[in-house]
Amino acid sequence: MSKQYSDRNRGVKILFMSVGLIFIIRLMVLQLFSSEYRELAEVQALRHRTQYPARGLVYDRNGKLLVYNEIVYDLMVIPRMVKGLDTAYFCRQVGITREDFEARMDKAKKYSRYAPSLFMKQITKAEYACWQNKLHCFDGFYVQQRTLRVYDRPIAAHVLGYVGEVNENDLKNNSYYKRGDYIGRSGLEKSYEELLRGTKGVKIMQVDVHNREIGSYQHGQCDTLPIEGINLYTTIDADLQEYAEKIMANKRGCVVAIEPATGEVLVLASAPTYDPNLLVGNARGKNYNILSNDISKPLFNRALQGQYPPGSIFKVAQAMTALEVGAITPSTGFACDKSLVGCHNHPSARSVQEAIKMSCNPYFYQTYRRVIQQGKYKSAAKDSQYGLTMWRDYMLKFGFGQRLGIDLPNVSTGMIPDTAYYNRWYGKDRWSFSTIYSNSIGQGEVQVVPLQMANLACIVANRGYYITPHVVRYYGPDSTRNEEFIQRHETGIKKEYFDIAAQGMYDVVHLPGGTGRRANIPDIDVCGKTGTAENKGNDHSVFISFAPMINPKIAVAVYVENAAGGGGSWAAPISGLIIEKYLKGEVQRKDVERQYMEAAPCQKLPLPHKAPKTKKKKRG
Amino acid sequence: MKLKFDKLTIILYIILVVFGWVNIYAACYNESHALIWDMEQQHGKQLLWIGIALVVAMATIFIEPKFFAQGSYIIYGFTLLLLIATLIIGTATHGNQAWINIGPFKLQSSEFAKFGTALAVAKYMSGLDIDIKKRNVQIAVALLIAIPMGLVLLQHDTGSALVFLSFVIPLYREGLSPALFVIGAVAVILFVLSLLINQYLLMGIVLALCLFYLFGWLNKRTRRHYLYTLGVLAACCLFIFSVDFTFEHVLEPHQQSRIYVLLGKTDDIKAAGYNQHQSKIAIGSGGLIGKGFLKGTITKADFVPEQETDFIFCTVAEEWGFVGSTLLLVAYVVLLVHLVTMAERQRSAFARFYGYSVAGILFMHLFVNVGMVLGLLPVIGIPLPFFSYGGSSLLAFTLMLFIFIRQDAERNNLL
Repeated sequence: MSKQYSDRNRGVKILFMSVGLIFIIRLMVLQLFSSEYRELAEVQALRHRTQYPARGLVYDRNGKLLVYNEIVYDLMVIPRMVKGLDTAYFCRQVGITREDFEARMDKAKKYSRYAPSLFMKQITKAEYACWQNKLHCFDGFYVQQRTLRVYDRPIAAHVLGYVGEVNENDLKNNSYYKRGDYIGRSGLEKSYEELLRGTKGVKIMQVDVHNREIGSYQHGQCDTLPIEGINLYTTIDADLQEYAEKIMANKRGCVVAIEPATGEVLVLASAPTYDPNLLVGNARGKNYNILSNDISKPLFNRALQGQYPPGSIFKVAQAMTALEVGAITPSTGFACDKSLVGCHNHPSARSVQEAIKMSCNPYFYQTYRRVIQQGKYKSAAKDSQYGLTMWRDYMLKFGFGQRLGIDLPNVSTGMIPDTAYYNRWYGKDRWSFSTIYSNSIGQGEVQVVPLQMANLACIVANRGYYITPHVVRYYGPDSTRNEEFIQRHETGIKKEYFDIAAQGMYDVVHLPGGTGRRANIPDIDVCGKTGTAENKGNDHSVFISFAPMINPKIAVAVYVENAAGGGGSWAAPISGLIIEKYLKGEVQRKDVERQYMEAAPCQKLPLPHKAPKTKKKKRG
Repeated sequence: MKLKFDKLTIILYIILVVFGWVNIYAACYNESHALIWDMEQQHGKQLLWIGIALVVAMATIFIEPKFFAQGSYIIYGFTLLLLIATLIIGTATHGNQAWINIGPFKLQSSEFAKFGTALAVAKYMSGLDIDIKKRNVQIAVALLIAIPMGLVLLQHDTGSALVFLSFVIPLYREGLSPALFVIGAVAVILFVLSLLINQYLLMGIVLALCLFYLFGWLNKRTRRHYLYTLGVLAACCLFIFSVDFTFEHVLEPHQQSRIYVLLGKTDDIKAAGYNQHQSKIAIGSGGLIGKGFLKGTITKADFVPEQETDFIFCTVAEEWGFVGSTLLLVAYVVLLVHLVTMAERQRSAFARFYGYSVAGILFMHLFVNVGMVLGLLPVIGIPLPFFSYGGSSLLAFTLMLFIFIRQDAERNNLL
């Protein structure tokens, strides 16, 4: 019998081998042809713990620290590990109510009993110090370090900007950011975000089935250390910035000061402003709402985003353009014919220099007519189109009508109308010089950003060119500089014409009949030009200036909204104070200083409006 | 008398035990308990069991095979007593009443029952004039197997009970009709299908197949054909009806849900399907060459339950990858096939039947265990021979295997 069925051993062997083969095929499917399980394994067995770097620091031009970081603590809890907690004692120490404790604990438990959750956010060092030595009594709680921005002096809020937690959009657009990260929202924080933020590190932890961390993954070989953010060395003069903000405290408007030779922005103040410390930490959301609902718009950076009619300061650029295109000569004189356009009472200007000094409206009306209507075409409309195009090219060379490449976000372009604009507005060939003459005196369709006004002062100070205004001088350990910020932008207008402009601006401040005599400072040759921009409310007061006349060290533009007075009455004396403070280090004219610091023009102000489109008669 | 021990079997045994221990060490690995002889840890205890197993293996070699052949009914009776004792004084682990506490150790009686049954059935089948084709022999063998199997079922140890079915392999070798396998296969298919589709639809399909057989297949139809077909149809329908009942009333709820998970009717990866889902993650994440010794992230973090015992294969697949786990399977298949070859060369019917029984039992363990870990079979707790953590199973398997090696060693002296 033993041999009878001996061939059946083959059947048994085949059964064994085929089961083995089936298992091997199954292993192939699971291990070689499917990545699904590998991904699932990563998701559930590893936890990526982010190591946050400190953001870069920000210094002013004299090495004073403007922004640094403060360590705060996030109190974390692992609900399952909370044992024998004296809740009343804990609440007293940490400073929360019993109900609050229960609510936070429930939220944490709902998330996970085993994984850490955020119990309390951004506890300051001082608060933490009160109960730091008792933390060991609170099983299941531990703290995690984060950093927050701190501003030593409550200044330059608009320049520095603020950071906020990333939103859905940021997460979608940039894979670097993860929930809970911070991102620069405005100012330098936004424009230099990629340098300031540094590089996050990651610590990979293995977690077990209960979500407990059971040690580092592969002994930390895959971990990366966080790299701290890069420091910025700005061009801002903190003392001067603070001074400008102090003067503007009870006013609405802005101050921009630039070092003409380098394009370095010394002051960029917008009023009303706010303490940048308001937009940090736990109170950020609440304060942001208050600020954004304030009708005086403290979050709005008037120096970069505001677009205003420039008023008479625009005449300086008009005179230069007219001289360059040959519409007038330095000695051209026009009678002050008030039938053309309104003016204040003054003798007729006999030269460009005198016209600037007296800010004669009819003079610039005549000048602008010669620029726009050059007689190249018979039709006045065609001729105006030709002239406007040429004029506009010069205006763009002055930096108007375009975004100046400053290293800050949200810069407005201003407005220099072109032929297409007028064609759209009036219809093709339905307009000519007589329709657009208001541009000559900085009204009408023309709109200028205060930064562009300061830039105009720089161009005269440099006698014909400017360097793109910028806020960061260099950054990082290697003092890296941006190449763009050393290039000259030429206007293409002869230097001798700018000498005339500078002389005229000197006369504005120094000669009898000059409109900006309140900007005068003993021992310093201040050159300036007033402007009074009419609008629906009270006039805006404008003044651009630079000093000293030879080798200028500072160029300033001051814009005071609804000042109920001309450029000479508000903006000029404020400019004088700022120039004196910068060049002398201290303002000696204490009475003047007090007068303009305390004065608040026109408390009841209408809401800011868009600059009007209608043409109005001006005085300078 | 010259003894020739089969080297390949012994080498494979050592490889499996050592590699098994390495993976138990990896599965329980914990940096604070890295000492390999730490008796608090399972790898430390297993080391002790391996030592005991080696002593047992050596001892077996000095015992005359005649002792087991002649004492087989006594050993069988002793293991039956052990099973009954377990039911009375045993302790429950994971819902199974399968353990007897002896001092600090827990004895799993069912592991030894397989060994005892193998000896008894071999003894009975090696008797003179015993033909499996005879009805009375079939009943006697069925009783020998069914008694321990029933006792194990009473312990709620379905996995071990299932192993007793492996005796069809030696019985098949001795002449049991292959029809039994066909009937078994049809039963499994009908069982699965009746859970998946409407039972009346299934009966309709069976009826259609019968009609096709009668009128589409056969050229001539006799009365016998009609009667047989009618009988098959009736049996199938009865079976289909009974499946519903069996499933609802015989199987326990956890067994029902495990079967549903396997059939894809429920996809609950948190509860019933959790083990196999985690097991597949661990295996799938191993890739071609694995994550490396002690570097498995899923098995290390306790995601897979029972991973040093029933799910030990996960650890192999995760840390040693496709290459390692395939080599392990190949080692098992080589051992099984070689055992059949060895059994076939025995001169005594007892040794042959016993050899086939050992191969069958090992095969059943491998099939059910790895099939479960790979998600091909429902979750049934059963150890991987020589590999899983557990003293009883290691001792029982060692004893069983070495008795056969000893018998094989003196096959030439026995004439």
